[in-house]
Amino acid sequence: MIYKETGQYKSSYKSDHAIFPLLQDKIAFSTLMFIAFLIVPLVINSYWEKAILVPFLIFSLAAIGLNILTGYCGQVSLGTGGFMAVGAFSTYKIMTSFPDMNIMIIILISGLITAAVGILFGLPSLRIKGFYLAVATLASQFFLVWLFNKVPWFYNYSDTGQITVSERTMFNIPVTGADAPPYATYLFCLVLVVTLSFAAKNLIRSKMGRSWMAIRDMDIAAEIIGVPPLKTKLSAFAISSFYIGVAGALYFAVFLGAIEVTESFDIMTISFPVLFMIIIGGLGSMLGSFLGAAFIVTLPIGLKFLMVDMVGLSAVTAKHFEITIWGLLMIVFLIVEPHGLARLWSIAKEKLRRWPFPY
Amino acid sequence: MSIELLNFIETVLNGLMSGVMYSLVALGFVLIFKASGVFNFAQGVFALFAALTLVGYQTGQVPFAHLINELFGTNYHNWYASMPNFLAIILTMITMIALAWIIERLVLKHLVNQDPIILFMATIGLAFALEGVGDLMWGSDVKVLDVGIPSGGSIWLEEATIGLAAEGSDYYGMYIDVLNVWATVIAVILVVTLALFSQYTKTGRALRAVADDHQAALSVGISLRSIWILVWAISGFIAMVAGIMWGTESGVQFSLSLIALKALPVLILGGFTSIPGAIIGGLLIGVGEKLAEIYIGGYFETGALENWFAYVMALVFLLFRPQGLFGDKIIERV
Repeated sequence: MIYKETGQYKSSYKSDHAIFPLLQDKIAFSTLMFIAFLIVPLVINSYWEKAILVPFLIFSLAAIGLNILTGYCGQVSLGTGGFMAVGAFSTYKIMTSFPDMNIMIIILISGLITAAVGILFGLPSLRIKGFYLAVATLASQFFLVWLFNKVPWFYNYSDTGQITVSERTMFNIPVTGADAPPYATYLFCLVLVVTLSFAAKNLIRSKMGRSWMAIRDMDIAAEIIGVPPLKTKLSAFAISSFYIGVAGALYFAVFLGAIEVTESFDIMTISFPVLFMIIIGGLGSMLGSFLGAAFIVTLPIGLKFLMVDMVGLSAVTAKHFEITIWGLLMIVFLIVEPHGLARLWSIAKEKLRRWPFPY
Repeated sequence: MSIELLNFIETVLNGLMSGVMYSLVALGFVLIFKASGVFNFAQGVFALFAALTLVGYQTGQVPFAHLINELFGTNYHNWYASMPNFLAIILTMITMIALAWIIERLVLKHLVNQDPIILFMATIGLAFALEGVGDLMWGSDVKVLDVGIPSGGSIWLEEATIGLAAEGSDYYGMYIDVLNVWATVIAVILVVTLALFSQYTKTGRALRAVADDHQAALSVGISLRSIWILVWAISGFIAMVAGIMWGTESGVQFSLSLIALKALPVLILGGFTSIPGAIIGGLLIGVGEKLAEIYIGGYFETGALENWFAYVMALVFLLFRPQGLFGDKIIERV
């Protein structure tokens, strides 16, 4: 009843190829955008910004990046943390070398630099696949984090090895640094995330995206029908790394402000959680990247509220519970619903189509 | 002999010894991979869990003590003051077997016929869950593990080698940790036992049959499930040995689970399907790492190449021989 698509005719190719072909989806999406762009900035406060909204947006971007590589192109990567570190450190270096450059341009250039690094570390994927590749991407994780930790040029020879963001403005409103108001950082991330998500969605529907999926489903067969594996795999690595690099740049510049590479970009704090996001959200689904990121960002907050504030456990024990629950959830999702939350949503849509009638 | 040569020999020896430790972890991976096609990322956490359990039994900790105390305001800590090592090890083994059974029941059974990569990700989940449970059960503080294996530098070797250098030079003999020597001895015993077991017993033959071909093994009446439980229990046992060794060396703590990450390049180098490969790969990585640290690390001023050198070594290797040194040739069919 609610999701009834009868009577919605498509009379042109344009409407047939729309991202949201259904009227209901269009309405839902416009409402969401209206709330996100106009209502949230009015009511946002520092807690919501720092704890939920900004990390959610940044991790969604990272999840989209990893989903392009793992979900759409089938190349499992455990090097997300390393690539995010590349984004963060390029932002820092450009920021300190060119003080007048606009922050948006800096972040996009950082993304491009990460894409180049991604191509470099994607080269082994031409020879190896499956978990051999997963292990190879671990090499990039360890190497990159080591590089940023041990080569002083990257952190401008500061004594602590930390990198700290300086204040940058968009339209005369600071978006980075300590004085940035919550609505500014939120809107800055939101604009980037929405634009890049649309770009990703359209890329996936294009020839490039289709060749990624062909490689994922069966690389030899794809090669035989004329999909070039070299170009396809490396383009997936490049674009995925671009997204992850932008996420890393935002993570450093907008979200944390000051980072220490071994802590902030560790395999346990970034690489695995982002992998969880796309598994729980749904491999090969745009919606899944967002759902997974929302889930993983809010889960610790929810659990902490439940266990520390309600039951009265200590923070350490709650943390252990959180790890356990993460692991169990991951297994449960893989067993029960390998396609993740996104699949649950499409099942719900099926149900809503005829609800409340039996047929 | 010149001091450089002696130092070189010492480095290689130490590398070989730490390589044995890597091999111990890699061995568990290979066993599970051969028998069930699962790349068990949780192997390192297995080692951590086994070591935690062992310490817990030894010192008589009450499982979940922290949790119970926080929930009910009680003050439980220990049941008894200590337990003989022998008994504690046996109990830990039983725990690991039970764990293998639980894993088969709750996880593997439901994931039969899935993609290897899905199984791999499930074991990442398993690693997290097990680590959380281990911390909840035994607490996350760093623990001292002592099952009576001697450790510290070998004085005998130091004295034996001190005379090798030229007269009057500054040479104080070689330094080798006795613990590593013990680890080597135990690893050799373990491998020989495993080889004999799989070669001469009925179960061992069934094991090899399953590793060779699941379908064929099923059709001649071998129970896949019991073999899987057995294999996971054996690798749990190997994880316990590795956990004891690593735990004695550096204390039982979270970082113990990261040895899985150390064992991955070993596997790539040796091949996922070969037990000799795991051992030789481990030795190669151990030696390569130590040599790189000393002879290349100096150029970086900053050192700590150990974190990634093994990976890069394995990666370079992969480009030339994707199946590893001794792995089965990868044949792809459409």
